[in-house]
Amino acid sequence: MEAILFYLLAAVLITFAVLTVTASNPVRSAIYLISALLSVAGLFFLLQAEFVGAVQILVYVGGIMVLFLFVILLVDVGEFGTQRKTSRQWRAGIIVGVALAIQFGVLLVRGAGFFAVPAREAGLETARSLNTESVGQLLYNEYLLPFEIASVLLLVAMVGAVVLAKKEL
Amino acid sequence: MTAYLWLIPILPLAGFLINGLAGLWLVRASGTRPSRGWVYSVGCGSVFLSFLLSLLCFAELLQMPPQQRQVEQKLFQWIPGNVIRTVSGESAVFEIDWGLLLDPLSAVMILFVTGIGFLIHVYSIGYMWEEEGFYRFFAYLNLILFMMLRLVLADNYLVLFVGWEGVGLCSYLLIGYYTHKKSAGDAAKKAFVVNRIGDFGFIIGIFWLFSHFGTLNFRELFHRIEILVPQPELVWGVLSWAGLLLFIGAIGKSAQIPLYVWLPDAMEGPTPVSALIHAATMVTAGVYVVARSAAIYSRAPDVLLLVATVGIATAVLAATIGLLQSDIKRVLAYSTVSQLGYMFTAMGVGAFVAGIFHVFTHAFFKALLFLGSGSVIHAMHHEQDMFKMGGLRKYLPITWATMGIGTIAIAGIPPLAGFFSKDEILWKTFESGHLLIWLVGVIVAGLTACYMFRLMFLTFHGEERMSSETAHHLHESPRSMTIPLVILAAGSALAGFLGLPIWTGLPNLFEGFLEPSFETAYHGEHAAHHSWSLEVGLAILSVAVAAAGLYLAYHFFLRKTERAAALQQRFAGLHRLVYNKYFVDEAYDALFVNRTKGLGNVLSWFDEKVVDGLVNGSAAATRITAWISGQADLQIVDRMVNLVAEITNFFSAVFRKLQTGLVPRYALSFVIGIVLIITAYLYMGA
Amino acid sequence: MIETSHYLVLSAIVFTIGVIGVLTRRNIIIIFMSIELMLNAVSLNLVALSQTLQNLQGQVFSVFVITVAAAEAAVGLGIIISLFRNRETVNVDEVDLMKW
Repeated sequence: MEAILFYLLAAVLITFAVLTVTASNPVRSAIYLISALLSVAGLFFLLQAEFVGAVQILVYVGGIMVLFLFVILLVDVGEFGTQRKTSRQWRAGIIVGVALAIQFGVLLVRGAGFFAVPAREAGLETARSLNTESVGQLLYNEYLLPFEIASVLLLVAMVGAVVLAKKEL
Repeated sequence: MTAYLWLIPILPLAGFLINGLAGLWLVRASGTRPSRGWVYSVGCGSVFLSFLLSLLCFAELLQMPPQQRQVEQKLFQWIPGNVIRTVSGESAVFEIDWGLLLDPLSAVMILFVTGIGFLIHVYSIGYMWEEEGFYRFFAYLNLILFMMLRLVLADNYLVLFVGWEGVGLCSYLLIGYYTHKKSAGDAAKKAFVVNRIGDFGFIIGIFWLFSHFGTLNFRELFHRIEILVPQPELVWGVLSWAGLLLFIGAIGKSAQIPLYVWLPDAMEGPTPVSALIHAATMVTAGVYVVARSAAIYSRAPDVLLLVATVGIATAVLAATIGLLQSDIKRVLAYSTVSQLGYMFTAMGVGAFVAGIFHVFTHAFFKALLFLGSGSVIHAMHHEQDMFKMGGLRKYLPITWATMGIGTIAIAGIPPLAGFFSKDEILWKTFESGHLLIWLVGVIVAGLTACYMFRLMFLTFHGEERMSSETAHHLHESPRSMTIPLVILAAGSALAGFLGLPIWTGLPNLFEGFLEPSFETAYHGEHAAHHSWSLEVGLAILSVAVAAAGLYLAYHFFLRKTERAAALQQRFAGLHRLVYNKYFVDEAYDALFVNRTKGLGNVLSWFDEKVVDGLVNGSAAATRITAWISGQADLQIVDRMVNLVAEITNFFSAVFRKLQTGLVPRYALSFVIGIVLIITAYLYMGA
Repeated sequence: MIETSHYLVLSAIVFTIGVIGVLTRRNIIIIFMSIELMLNAVSLNLVALSQTLQNLQGQVFSVFVITVAAAEAAVGLGIIISLFRNRETVNVDEVDLMKW
């Protein structure tokens, strides 16, 4: 059951990722990305990280992608068919990307023995408590400082975004 | 007063320093000459004080018993002791003190050196009044007196040698006083160089004495000689060598054969200089040394004979030359050489006291004669040729009278001083058996009278040969010049009475006073006493010879002067030989002087070409090295610096292309970097 | 059986796709979206390993990743707007005033 879900979600993710990168219309690219993100959220749920999955959907999809769409709206780029969509260095980019992929492959092959543990089986104990509760516990006890800093960061980002986007300072 | 013995030489030295330094400073700083009044006051005053002090010391010496008349004073240690091994194997300490010795011999010397020196200083006031370097003259006069006093008051040979060299230096300075005359400079150099030859012998003699006897102090040395060599040497030995070497020095200093050639030339100096150096002081130094070293000489009979021979030969040679000279001062110069020969003859026959007596009297009349001639020259406006004078008697009466007295004295006519001293020498020569030397001595006495009266007749008598203009300006010299003449004339007349011979029945004060100085000399068995009558007879003989000389001079140079010219014609060759001083100077030039000059030229060439060449070569080498290193710096170093810059340029041109300004390119390079890092990580085997 | 390595491979693939997207595309917004893809791949990686190691730190980290991504997106998009206002273009190729 689980394997089927995984492979399905994985296929969806990869497909939409490829589509995001290769679409010419930015709006379409954004929609594809949303789909990809949703499949990632699904994978989170599959991994029993409900909190992260929820946050993913709420924040990432609901917030960030909407922001993206708003900006695409604001940036009025007209002609998509006439303009070229890849930059002049696309060949070099693909080569480097492939090189990177190869290196990931080598790394994974090397560390294969370490990661051969099944993903789900070892998770019997944590199944007792709720994921959200546990994460919350962790956030507010041990990672309180990063938590607070993250909030400050968001504040700063907000102010920065406002300032940047103003017509006149 | 003898505690102030050291002041006797120091006073003239102070005079020299004051006059010399103050004068130099004044001339350099403000261009003015020092006031003549100050100069001669300091110059004459210092000598006068020295003379007074000498008199007082002499008086004090007289109050001591005869055998103890010796005062030694050590001022400071000059050379600290160094242990040296003597010839005999024992070790001696070479320690020299700057000391003074006052005994009868040195007392006599300082008396007439300071006394006559003072008179000459006074004379110089008038004679040198017109001169530019008035202060310089007096400074040098003081200096030579200091040196001479240092010489005669020395208590050891090395300090004596200091004074010895000093008078040589001063003779150079004073003879060459007229710096504008090349002949004066040449004469000064000649005097110094010839002196030096003698000095070489002298200093070897000092080394010889020390290495054999271990000391140079007179008292110690003579005492040791008395012990080590009680009898005179029968063969040529240690003492003979010592005597010979010291005598070589005396030959140079006192102008004997073969080193007399400097003295006639030294007449280039001002006349007071001639009077001082060649009558009273410097030339007597050689005689003094031989007298002082009587302990040595009396025990070296071979050397004594040599001394006497050289002395008498010099006496006759110089007398013959003096007979034909026309320059008034030259005649007196050769006369000095001749009289010095007499003194050495005395030494050579062992009559040390008689020799010193002749030194004493000779100082008076020779100084008188020189100063008198200076008066003549001064009146004649520096004309010195006697054949251009004549009849000066009525213009320069005082000069004529005093010089007349001096001439009578030197000719040996009693009762003036020269008779007693010269006669004493001749008698001692005869008594010691050197008959040939005695005979030559008598002949020289005749020659002396002849040339001296010739000088008088040519200068003061007869027809006047000078131009009428010169005659107009003739006048007697000022009092500063004539008063010393008178005083010296008195001395020439009376000094003889100090040393009266035995047959007069009166005591010989001089001999009695001086005898203790010679107690370390060897007194052999006395020769058989000849009768007094023989002595008187011989005295009469010498007077007769002198009278003959006088007559000859009178005849040829006053009465019938054409006879002199006729004689000259007849013996033209001989005349030429003698007139040209037997061509001795020319011979020396050819044999020694020109060869030395040639050597000098060779060495100078060597210095110029080789040594300077090396120096210049090293300069050139340095220049080349500098050029090379400059090139190295330029080509290599600079190029390397430029290379670094070029490399930087090159790489910067390359790296500049990384900063494209294109953002996607940056992203690409970013990812390429990551890929590379991961590659590196993989290959490092983590 | 889904092993951890499956998730890791998936994450690597998605990451690579994101990288290619960043290096290849001209439109800056799409480049930005590729960057979001990359971030998600990393989050996936973290959560998968958190599951493997039974450690919730991975998930906490993931939350922070999302938070930071949000902040970054806000500021980045603000810059894009500003850029568009000044240059009238959203193509990275044309932002080349600093070109040598």
